[in-house]
Amino acid sequence: MKKLFLTLMAALSLLGSVGSANAAADGIAWDKFPTQRMTDMASLQNGAKLFVNYCLNCHNAAFMRFNRLRDIGLTEQQIKDNLVFTGAKVGDLMKTSMDPKDAKEWFGGVPPDLTLIARSRSSISKGTGADYVYTYLRSYYRDETKATGWNNAAFPGVGMPHVLWELQGQQRAVFVDEKDPHDAKKVVTVMKGYEPITVGTMTAREYDDSVADLVAFLQWMGEPNQNSRVRLGVWVLIFLGVFTVIAWRLNAAFWKDIK
Amino acid sequence: MAEFKEAPAGASTLVQASTWLNNRFPSAFDAYRVHLSEYYAPKNFNFWYFFGALALLVLVIQIVTGIFLTMHYKPDANLAFASVEYIMRDVPWGWLVRYMHSTGASAFFVIIYLHMFRGMIYGSYRKPRELVWIFGCAIFLCLMAEAFMGYLLPWGQMSYWGAQVIINLFAAIPFVGADLSLLIRGDYVVGDATLNRFFSLHVIAVPLVLLGLVVAHLLALHDVGSNNPDGVEIKAKRDPKTGIPLDGIPFHPYYTVHDIMGVSVFLMLFTAVIFFAPEMGGYFLEYNNFIPADPLKTPLHIAPVWYFTPYYSMLRAVTDDMVNVFAVLVGVAGVLAFLKGGLKGLWKLVPLVGAVVVALLLKTFDAKFWGVVVMGGAVIILFALPWLDRSPVNSIRYRPSWNRWMYGAFVANFAILGYYGIQPVTVAGTFISQAGTLFYFGFFLLMPWWSRLGEFKPVPDRVTFQPH
Repeated sequence: MKKLFLTLMAALSLLGSVGSANAAADGIAWDKFPTQRMTDMASLQNGAKLFVNYCLNCHNAAFMRFNRLRDIGLTEQQIKDNLVFTGAKVGDLMKTSMDPKDAKEWFGGVPPDLTLIARSRSSISKGTGADYVYTYLRSYYRDETKATGWNNAAFPGVGMPHVLWELQGQQRAVFVDEKDPHDAKKVVTVMKGYEPITVGTMTAREYDDSVADLVAFLQWMGEPNQNSRVRLGVWVLIFLGVFTVIAWRLNAAFWKDIK
Repeated sequence: MAEFKEAPAGASTLVQASTWLNNRFPSAFDAYRVHLSEYYAPKNFNFWYFFGALALLVLVIQIVTGIFLTMHYKPDANLAFASVEYIMRDVPWGWLVRYMHSTGASAFFVIIYLHMFRGMIYGSYRKPRELVWIFGCAIFLCLMAEAFMGYLLPWGQMSYWGAQVIINLFAAIPFVGADLSLLIRGDYVVGDATLNRFFSLHVIAVPLVLLGLVVAHLLALHDVGSNNPDGVEIKAKRDPKTGIPLDGIPFHPYYTVHDIMGVSVFLMLFTAVIFFAPEMGGYFLEYNNFIPADPLKTPLHIAPVWYFTPYYSMLRAVTDDMVNVFAVLVGVAGVLAFLKGGLKGLWKLVPLVGAVVVALLLKTFDAKFWGVVVMGGAVIILFALPWLDRSPVNSIRYRPSWNRWMYGAFVANFAILGYYGIQPVTVAGTFISQAGTLFYFGFFLLMPWWSRLGEFKPVPDRVTFQPH
């Protein structure tokens, strides 16, 4: 019933709006991103390495400077030696060298900027943006009906091919026909999971681990001071807690005159 | 002009300085007396009376943080989004200033809604405080304009499409709509011209009006004196010697020290949001707004920020069916006024003719236009509250007990409307919003009738107060 209601809501939300997407365009439910990686510097650094190697070739992170990576425990020299490939200066913004015009010709569109990708993809009903990207990067499967040969269960009809396929290996989606739980007369096609076609250089577990690191980096990049913000907040609240007690007693001292 | 005073010989530097100032700027001393040390406020203020001072605090926060944001923000369609991220990342403490401003916007509405509700339940708008209330409603209207225009500035997807949707509403106004929306946008779609004029209005024009209205609100309040939870006029019982109201206490120090306590508790909640949940789960900063504005990509679901959603809900509730309901209601009202209005001769026909004309107009123009009228009317009707309330007493404390349920239902209804304003349109949601819209307007328009009903409790001569 709840599912029907949600589907109905999603379907109705499209009335009058542009586009011909259907409710299935939302993709599968999201897995939980392991949030403890956010405080693990080694994970964030590994994520940064994966990001510049695999993502930054086509995607920008144009609101982010290379030298901000000092916040995840790297020195300026380490950043310069290991993470800057394009001849950019260490204080420059993280931009790709790809011409947007070429991108349009090659991929049919300019790949989106990734600085805020984790932040922007959060959903009030489905989970955080990190959950989404974590699910998305692990949901690619082979689909010969698509121009790129790839499709994605979390982003049906995705434009980007599977960039990490050498690490993960190739997989295909297994679909089965099931009875519609809401209507016994109908049959619905449900995705039951994946089966491997070729193996990658990583085991499934190593792959999930690497993706988690990459997503941790993307989440961190969305707001580089998110960890220090929380730490500062604790001190602010402690101060205000003490101040509230003082204000309360001061108030009582004045008001004892009022009868 | 008072005569020139001399400080006594050997007086302290402080006395000398104050005498010097008093000789040149006595108004400052008068203002201090009139508005603080000799402004007598009722001593029985409760929890609800924190929100006026808090609104002033948030106004100051918004102005000060706004000044610093303006130093780094670029009102240019190509640069705006990046300049906000520049503030968030590269400007020292920029993230804090920006979160204070974005959280401050939502906090402002929380406080103003509570402040207005206080006025409603204690009858703070009633004679002689009608103008205080009207200035307040004008402030609320300005605040809505300020928030709406400010929301465009980050130039994210929600900024852009939210503005697009709302400005298009003006196009529904008959005859002038198309030109009016063009005038607001400065272009055929929301674009750089829109961003520039909204920036200008947001940082200077509306704040100037807002500040003027706040001054008028406070001056008028201090002329007539504050109401209180009992709705008793404290000026009616004065100390025969001093002429000071018996239940009045000087605002300073008693309420300044009291408000410091309220400010401290408020700041705990405010900073908790800023530091631990600046997006407030997607309600204070919508997730989609972290994607730069793209005129070619319409988001699947466009929702205004939470504080506008009750009104947005009422806008969407006005479908063709709803217009028919309005037409029937207008007809019934016309017939009732014809039969029971107590009008004589030809005047008796006026309500009937009026009802027919209104019903014809309702059916002539598009439902979308009436939606805009309803949305605007939902705010404008607040101005009329002092004349809609015909209760013999001010405060809910002495009104019939069922009035509490009435006000409770009003709040619940407002919250439900707010909820459905966030959600995508559904059949059930539209139906509930329509019922909620009718209740909202029924609450106000039928107030002259229901506010007189029931058994009223005796109002005391003096305020009720237990010493702390």
